[in-house]
Amino acid sequence: MPSTRYALIAGAAATALLATACSGAGAGGSSGGGGKRINVLMVGNPQMEDIAKLTKSTFTKDTGIKVNFTVLPENELRDKVTQDIATQAGQYDVATIGAYEVPIWTKNGWLHELGSYADKDTAFDKADLLKPMVQSLSGADGKLYALPFYGESSMLMYNKDVMKAKGVTVPEHPTWQQIADIAAKVDGAEPGMRGICLRGLAGWGELGAPLTSVVNTFGGTWFTKDWKAQVDSPAFRKATNFYVDLVKKHGEAGAAQSGFTECLNAMSQKKVAMWYDATSAAGSLEDPASSKIAGHVGYAYAPTVQTKSSGWLWAWAWAMPKTTKNADAAAKFMLWASSKKYESLVGDKLGWARVPSGKRASTYAIPQYQKAAGSFGDITLKSIEGADPANPGTQPRPTVGVQYVAIPEFQDLGTKVTQEISAAIAGKTSVDKALNDGQKLAADVAKNYQK
Amino acid sequence: MTTLTAPPKTASPPVRPRTSPRAGAWKRRIPLLPALIFTIIVTQLPFVATLVISTLQWNILKPGERHFVGLSNFKFVFTDERLRTAVLNTVVLTASVVLISVVLGLGLAMLLDRRFLGRGLARTMLIAPFLVMPVAAALLWKHAIYNPDYGLLNGTLNAVWRLFGAANGPTVDWVSSYPMPAVVISLVWQWTPFMMLILLAGLQAQPGDVLEAARMDGASALQTFRHITLPHLRQYIELGVLLGTIYVVQTFDAVYTITQGGPGSQTTNLPYEIYLTMFRKYEYGQAAAAGVVVVLGSIVIATFALRTIASLFREEVSR
Repeated sequence: MPSTRYALIAGAAATALLATACSGAGAGGSSGGGGKRINVLMVGNPQMEDIAKLTKSTFTKDTGIKVNFTVLPENELRDKVTQDIATQAGQYDVATIGAYEVPIWTKNGWLHELGSYADKDTAFDKADLLKPMVQSLSGADGKLYALPFYGESSMLMYNKDVMKAKGVTVPEHPTWQQIADIAAKVDGAEPGMRGICLRGLAGWGELGAPLTSVVNTFGGTWFTKDWKAQVDSPAFRKATNFYVDLVKKHGEAGAAQSGFTECLNAMSQKKVAMWYDATSAAGSLEDPASSKIAGHVGYAYAPTVQTKSSGWLWAWAWAMPKTTKNADAAAKFMLWASSKKYESLVGDKLGWARVPSGKRASTYAIPQYQKAAGSFGDITLKSIEGADPANPGTQPRPTVGVQYVAIPEFQDLGTKVTQEISAAIAGKTSVDKALNDGQKLAADVAKNYQK
Repeated sequence: MTTLTAPPKTASPPVRPRTSPRAGAWKRRIPLLPALIFTIIVTQLPFVATLVISTLQWNILKPGERHFVGLSNFKFVFTDERLRTAVLNTVVLTASVVLISVVLGLGLAMLLDRRFLGRGLARTMLIAPFLVMPVAAALLWKHAIYNPDYGLLNGTLNAVWRLFGAANGPTVDWVSSYPMPAVVISLVWQWTPFMMLILLAGLQAQPGDVLEAARMDGASALQTFRHITLPHLRQYIELGVLLGTIYVVQTFDAVYTITQGGPGSQTTNLPYEIYLTMFRKYEYGQAAAAGVVVVLGSIVIATFALRTIASLFREEVSR
């Protein structure tokens, strides 16, 4: 059977690491000399595939800089970029990373500071970037370490026809209790239709994201400012119980295995009446080619309890590893890719709905974009602006970030705790047990930071 | 066939070896040496590196904190509750997949051993699941069969329910409700053909005269099977079980794709737990230590497998 010997992966990968580590700084993979060729590693999202298509005929033609793209799915990208940068292999001049990685990698000294490049380029208009984006892509020193390519928050999406048939109005700023009540009312509105889709698939970036945003608005947090684990605190418990109960009672079929993709599918195939998830999902829901409810989707802000807003905040951004030897060429590419000019290029060539949005205030003032993103553009912008990554809940946090904790251990902690909560959604364990176990794991992590 | 080599009539003068036999042997080996060295490098060096790494405290996200910690990673491997669960899950998963697929494979092999119209076609189709890539097979089971919305199982349930006038059948969430059986069944589907092939080879190697003699002596089909076929198949079954075990212990694709190790850690087996340690926790030392333990376990099983194969060959030769 061709299945790899995973037992030996550790060895093989580690040997490769050792080899590169030993050869030290000389292991630059990018060509030296003129610096007219750069290597870019990106996540395989549609927006990235677009830029791969457009670069040669525009950017390379104008500047003479050739760009080699490597495109990988999110998980593989994280593995590869982490290892490349952590071992100083220096294979890539530019890599897309998320808001989660920026503070951690900055602290390790792996990234080039980019604010000064952005300041020098007057056409780039740094001041136009949305403030929460800049904040989540800055290091502890306040300098900008990554340039946003596109950003998202979270919101509630619902099937307008179903709401109308059931005589329900979804408020523009709903509370979670209102949403739970509506979910009960519209559950079964059509044969096989459930009330709401909420991610139940284990993973810090799957179930972990919406759940943490709910925990925030219920007054909970993973850690207090002085690093005390709070996973078994009353607020965290209340939020998790609410989330799990709602999914169990009125959530999608197969909830414990449903992540973003499964919910997108359930919503666009009319298997659920509502969906709380990323604002970037709207583009797919409004695409008649893949969605049965295109044009019939209503949008509302992320439901709240104690906080004013509760949308999360995420950005895919361009970062430059310190190991690069083509800093200037790489910076030129990043500034171009995040510029207004590139946005209108996509609008003209590929259509305005495909513009990598969510990072610039000016995007939302473009008439063509307003037309293309009519029903959801405004809520997306306001949700992003309303997100406060430094202070997303009711109490001070030790790190910056809304739906994650920006420490290296969180990928593991978040994955393990959400595994248990996912089991509670499947009815295989109780929320109490899941959170008690989670508290132990979180307390272990906290020990690394307590003084 | 007749032998053409006739014994020499006259005794030829004895050829005096120019070099000692030992040196001659080495001379013959020299052309093979590069291959040998290459094999050692690609198979043994990574393992040595893994051994070294397993003694380090090394989190890739915390550069500058890498240091030697002796055997404490191994202590972690043997005391960590999650890893213990993973070991247990690995045993349950492997044992049930191998046993069920041997029994099913035996049944299919018995059927295929008979002559019937379209036997070749049936055999090819039965082998097909083994040829599907593990990831593709896992995706197929997850989406086309287990999915509660559009999967085959719930679709069939709905159709049956509708036959009796109900609007919709029950929505069973197969993967969440029965995680381990869900993984086991998909793997049994893949591994039954393998067992079937081995056992079919065994059945067809059965001496016809013995079976005929049994029939003449008035033995029933069941008696023949119990007292003649099964003892004859014993070594083939052992071989199937051991080879199957070695591969199924390493199952990753099905766990990763169908259940992601969940719900909770109910289907997290060792390879998946090591993957999580490596790529979510980035604890290379711990992952390496767990890897070393798995390799040692696999070597033990493999030793048994090799012994069985050796005994098979001995039987062939002695026949």
